[in-house]
Amino acid sequence: MRDLFAVVMMLGIFGLLSASFFVVMDAVDVAFTEASVGAGISTLLMLTAVTLTGRLEDGERHRPMWALVVVFITGGLLIYGTLDMPYFGSADAPIHQHVAPRYIHDSMQETGLPNIVTSVLASYRGFDTFGEVVVIFTAGMGVLALLTMGSRTGIHRVMADSIFYLMHEQHLILRILTKILIPFILLFALYVQFHGDFGPGGGFQAGVIFAAAIILYAMVFGLSTARRVINRTFFKLLSAIGVLLYGGVGVVSLLNGGNFLDYNVLADDPVAGQHLGILLIEFGVGCTVASVMVIIFFNFSGRREFP
Amino acid sequence: MDIVVNMSSGLCLLLGSFLCLSGGIGIIRFPDFYTRMHAVGVTDTLGAGMILIGLMLQNPDSLVIIKLLMILVMTIFISPVASHALAKAAFRNDLVPLSDRNEHKGGTESSNP
Amino acid sequence: MLIAATLAILVVMMMAIIRGFIGPTLYDRILAVNMFGTKTVLLISLLGFVMGRPEFLDIAIVYALINFISIIGVLHFSDSAAFGNDPHDTGSTKKES
Repeated sequence: MRDLFAVVMMLGIFGLLSASFFVVMDAVDVAFTEASVGAGISTLLMLTAVTLTGRLEDGERHRPMWALVVVFITGGLLIYGTLDMPYFGSADAPIHQHVAPRYIHDSMQETGLPNIVTSVLASYRGFDTFGEVVVIFTAGMGVLALLTMGSRTGIHRVMADSIFYLMHEQHLILRILTKILIPFILLFALYVQFHGDFGPGGGFQAGVIFAAAIILYAMVFGLSTARRVINRTFFKLLSAIGVLLYGGVGVVSLLNGGNFLDYNVLADDPVAGQHLGILLIEFGVGCTVASVMVIIFFNFSGRREFP
Repeated sequence: MDIVVNMSSGLCLLLGSFLCLSGGIGIIRFPDFYTRMHAVGVTDTLGAGMILIGLMLQNPDSLVIIKLLMILVMTIFISPVASHALAKAAFRNDLVPLSDRNEHKGGTESSNP
Repeated sequence: MLIAATLAILVVMMMAIIRGFIGPTLYDRILAVNMFGTKTVLLISLLGFVMGRPEFLDIAIVYALINFISIIGVLHFSDSAAFGNDPHDTGSTKKES
């Protein structure tokens, strides 16, 4: 397959398929993330990247045969290695021995959240999640630093406006449906954000869904219209505010006499403190993810608009 | 009463599966893009709706029914609009429908764009 | 009956994958992805009932929304001027025919 567009389509199918796989394995939160990130946003971002680079793959400059042989050998060795692993779901596997029983038995008393995944992600492994958020923030800053264009006004802006006007003049049905759908998508993103304590969901998924709604608006109504609605400085600020909120919760818990990101000391009651801390950091994660996704999309497609 | 609900739920599921399968056969067997899209676009909406209605009849929990209803409404709105947009985009980019005059597989490029 | 419907959906998903692979035009692939997405929504709802976990429906809702957004995105980019007016992907059609 030389056409990169078709490759991205197959990647979308792969995302959907792997999410169904996660559902079958009962990993609901992972399936949620894969649904929103793997099948949704990454397809869109890949497509914007393809429009920047060109649609057809270049000719081969090397023999792929040897690489394939190496891949097969490595894969075979890895599969051979898995033969030594304990069977799927066996009770004496190492992963079920150390911390997992504590999460399963005590997380309800310690954090008061029914969803173990959220309590592990936000409370027990708060450091890791903080690292992930910082990585996402850094990616957004990298895209800003490399791809951002000075705001050229004048003839380019007028031309882009008219191009978008021509392109979207005919999409009447699409525009009406988009107008109907966007409030529901935003509302659903908020539901995912704040329901993450009780069911599948959380800041990462909610941020991506929120960004997807804004990207949908930008695609159907044109980038310049979307720029009028969405203040880019605000989004840059928001991505920093999310990280700062996360870190700030940690600093506050330090000041209150606990460890960094130890939410027990945030309120008088440890469980209430955990609840407050998890809510706040999930909100921070949601802010950062949503704004970084919007920033990446706008920078990618803004570049194509002013070549 | 219970038997009637169960029977109708099973019937809806069966009908939905049949419609989905016929759409699947259509996407494989039909000769060009527009006929394939016709097969999929028509059966997708009705088949999904039937399966979702069948699921609704299975469960008495009101929250589950509301969620299923949301999915049903979204499918009814989204699926035809997506098909419409797809057909429009294909037609605007000069993918010519199969007709008696040009009998090539998968649509051909038009001579006058 | 739930199991039968799940199996039927799985077969249809296989068919959509086949159409996505053999093409021949770009729009066939987009159509296959769209169909695959709808069927994934159904599959996840059905699996939620088969496994007795109705919270799977949240994921199905996300799928229904995300699927629409990605299809609109794909069509938006296939319309854009950067791609020219070539609806055929030259690579795989040459291999096929």
